[in-house]
Amino acid sequence: MIALALPAQDSGTFTPPGIDQMHLPAILPWGASDGFSKQMLLVILSVVLIASFFIAAARKQQLVPGKLQFAGEMAYGFVRNSIAKDIIGGRDFMKFVPLLFSLFFFILVNNIYGAIPVIQLPSFSHVGGAYVLAAVVYVTWIGIGIKKNGLKYFKLATVPSGVPWYILPIVVPIEIISNFMVRPVTHSLRLFATMMAGHLIVMIAGSGIEFLVMQENVLLKGASVLVLVGAVAMYMLEALIMVLQAYVFTLLTAIYIEGALHADSH
Amino acid sequence: MNQQIISAAAQGAAESANPLVPNPWEMGVVLAGFAVLFYIVVKFVVPMFEKTFAERAEAIEGGIAKAEKAQAEASAALEEYKQQLHDARAEANRIREEARAEGAQILAELKTKAAAESARITEQAHAQIESERQAAVVSLRSEVGTLATTLAERIVGESLSDDERAARVVDRFLADLETQSAGAAK
Repeated sequence: MIALALPAQDSGTFTPPGIDQMHLPAILPWGASDGFSKQMLLVILSVVLIASFFIAAARKQQLVPGKLQFAGEMAYGFVRNSIAKDIIGGRDFMKFVPLLFSLFFFILVNNIYGAIPVIQLPSFSHVGGAYVLAAVVYVTWIGIGIKKNGLKYFKLATVPSGVPWYILPIVVPIEIISNFMVRPVTHSLRLFATMMAGHLIVMIAGSGIEFLVMQENVLLKGASVLVLVGAVAMYMLEALIMVLQAYVFTLLTAIYIEGALHADSH
Repeated sequence: MNQQIISAAAQGAAESANPLVPNPWEMGVVLAGFAVLFYIVVKFVVPMFEKTFAERAEAIEGGIAKAEKAQAEASAALEEYKQQLHDARAEANRIREEARAEGAQILAELKTKAAAESARITEQAHAQIESERQAAVVSLRSEVGTLATTLAERIVGESLSDDERAARVVDRFLADLETQSAGAAK
């Protein structure tokens, strides 16, 4: 961890790690940009992990599944039934299962990285990936809405039915802002912010413990134990949030798709 | 100390990028990685899982249909056995009835035959007894004649060798005898 090398420790002043320390030096620098970062490596690794696990689990196609196949089916069935089927509904949810499934496990694995020692870096603690995924979802659900309802979709999505005409001037701008502008922003920033904050807490706790242990005062040294306890608790909470955010992101995607599919009944 | 913090903050401000500004290379990698994963999921993972699910559902439904068929067959077989058992019982009853009737008939026949036989035997016995009685009568008649003659000879003491006389005496004796027995019979 970068925090280990903080110069502040020499002078007896604690300088907490900040946003700067979120950016590790590139593994393979190139050009004007930051080069090939740890996040990029982890993203590629996640694709390999997810794909190989599920292909291995699904390949045998036995009627009575073994342990690996059963685990894969449980995971697949969770996204298929608990998210896609329950939210989008019985008739046309199958079309969206691959997208929701890919999103859920892509985000889940990339988040869980933050809870694994040594790796300890959720890929979405950098905002780029979260923007990309939210943009993919944004384009998808607007595309579905237009395909299903034509250009009338924008009217359906912004003019709620059953609202008196004199309130419409207020409601329509609110709907436009909330549906088409705020939605993708919150969708991406929710994921990014929770991951970055979690990573930052782990960094601060780590450097704080180290700072306290390096102090000559025994009481201050002892106080590091308190920080350690707090850090472990935060670590547990972070692990929960990592799973939860993957679920929330996928669930919101399903809700957006459902809203676009059935815009005329909302 | 304050100065240090301020200088550190200034340094940080100079270096630190806005965390909301993405790194385009990372965006590219995430997009490409997600696209590859999505392709693999669409092409392989989902079809394989769905195929397995469909096969499993089919196997379970097929199993239920098979079980229902087996049950129907079993109940049909049971029905058939019951029918056969019923038929067999009726057959047995019929045979028993026939046997009983036949037995009764045989018994009646035998009784008739036995009665006829006994009648015949009785008849025969009667006839035999009659004939034997006749024979006895005949032989007695001759023997009684001889005995009587001999006896009379001895009692009378006179010679009855004269055949003509003897015959007359015997006839007279017999006639007396018969008259006596006829009188006794009366």
